[in-house]
Amino acid sequence: MSKEWPLWEVFIRGQHGLSHRHVGSLHAPDAEMAIKNARDVYTRRNEGVSIWVVEAQHIAASSPEEKGPLYEPSNSKVYRHPTFFDIPEEVGHM
Amino acid sequence: MYAQLVKTAGTGVKTREEMSDEERNFQDRVDRDEKIEPKDWMPDDYRATLIRQIGQHAHSEIVGQLPEGNWITRAPTLERKAILLAKVQDEAGHGLYLYCAAETLGVTRDELTEELLSGRMKYSSIFNYPTLNWADIGAVGWLVDGAAIMNQVPLQRTSYGPYSRAMIRICKEESFHQRQGYDIMMKMAQGSDAQRRMAQDALNRFWYPSLMMFGPSDKDSVHSAQSLAWKIKIDTNDELRQRFVDQTVPQAKYLGLTIPDENLKWNEERGAHDFSEPDWAEFFNVIKGKGPCNVDRMDARVAAWEDGAWVRDGLLAHARKKSATRTAAE
Repeated sequence: MSKEWPLWEVFIRGQHGLSHRHVGSLHAPDAEMAIKNARDVYTRRNEGVSIWVVEAQHIAASSPEEKGPLYEPSNSKVYRHPTFFDIPEEVGHM
Repeated sequence: MYAQLVKTAGTGVKTREEMSDEERNFQDRVDRDEKIEPKDWMPDDYRATLIRQIGQHAHSEIVGQLPEGNWITRAPTLERKAILLAKVQDEAGHGLYLYCAAETLGVTRDELTEELLSGRMKYSSIFNYPTLNWADIGAVGWLVDGAAIMNQVPLQRTSYGPYSRAMIRICKEESFHQRQGYDIMMKMAQGSDAQRRMAQDALNRFWYPSLMMFGPSDKDSVHSAQSLAWKIKIDTNDELRQRFVDQTVPQAKYLGLTIPDENLKWNEERGAHDFSEPDWAEFFNVIKGKGPCNVDRMDARVAAWEDGAWVRDGLLAHARKKSATRTAAE
């Protein structure tokens, strides 16, 4: 059995109330140590107020080959953007 | 630069006709400044070269802690000690960001460590020079980190996403390193005669090794041409070295220190400084393992790895036991 510590992906919520954001990864024996290490590696300059860690092997990801079927359908749906609709100026801000 | 003489895999830049469809598509993406991500198709040689380059860069950050760590217990004040400790901790962090970037290419952390400890992978030649006194810590921050920044700032735009993101984080932190070094140099240069002599002596010893950090001229290298085409190298070694000299000359002047090069002078026509090349024979000697501190540095890394084995194993055994107990309870 490999003696290498598992890989964890690290997500940090910054100061400004935003969502947790992926910042990088690190190795740690367990979740508790992963959070401690994440504190040392990724928040040395007050970058965060909250840390999530998840073992990299538990992340499922889409594959680059699926790009077409996954994202192309939204290309033709321009009406999902507010700029699709012309609102007369006299109506005012909408 | 922390990665020197990285051998680019392959035989040089292919013409579009020589490229396969996949290679052409890949090169087009690089040319459009799209980032290449871990799961995207990439040429095997691009992957192999990046593992070498990022790996060497990571090793340099880790080994680079040693010459500075040497002075943590002997820093002149508590404040300087805290600052140096923070700087050395940053270097460990930089090494970790880079190892993770390399791992996205399919190499494991243990493989990278093993390559370093066996001497198959290198780290920057600069860390094989000793830090003899406190002024050296100033010179390292000012010159060595200054040279590293020169290389790392353009690499933020490199084509490989994880490498680029690691570089962005590193560059944010690196300017603190250079400034703290210059701050030490200012204190020394404005101090007593003895302190000024120490500062000058540190500059004398670190100047040429700093110029060597960029590696020998590669303007005619087919391998560098390939790395430039793949955007894993953004500027040639000579361009970076020139930029470093031009930036450093006024900084030395402000300190009232003399750069140890009789041929150093402003060239109006080129709009840049002329300067002497470092002794490349010395450089190749250091790369081959015959620098002043090569043996010490490797011994320290091997000892750290071996002495830490029981901690790594113990924590892993504990984690596995805890996880087994949890599974049994479910």
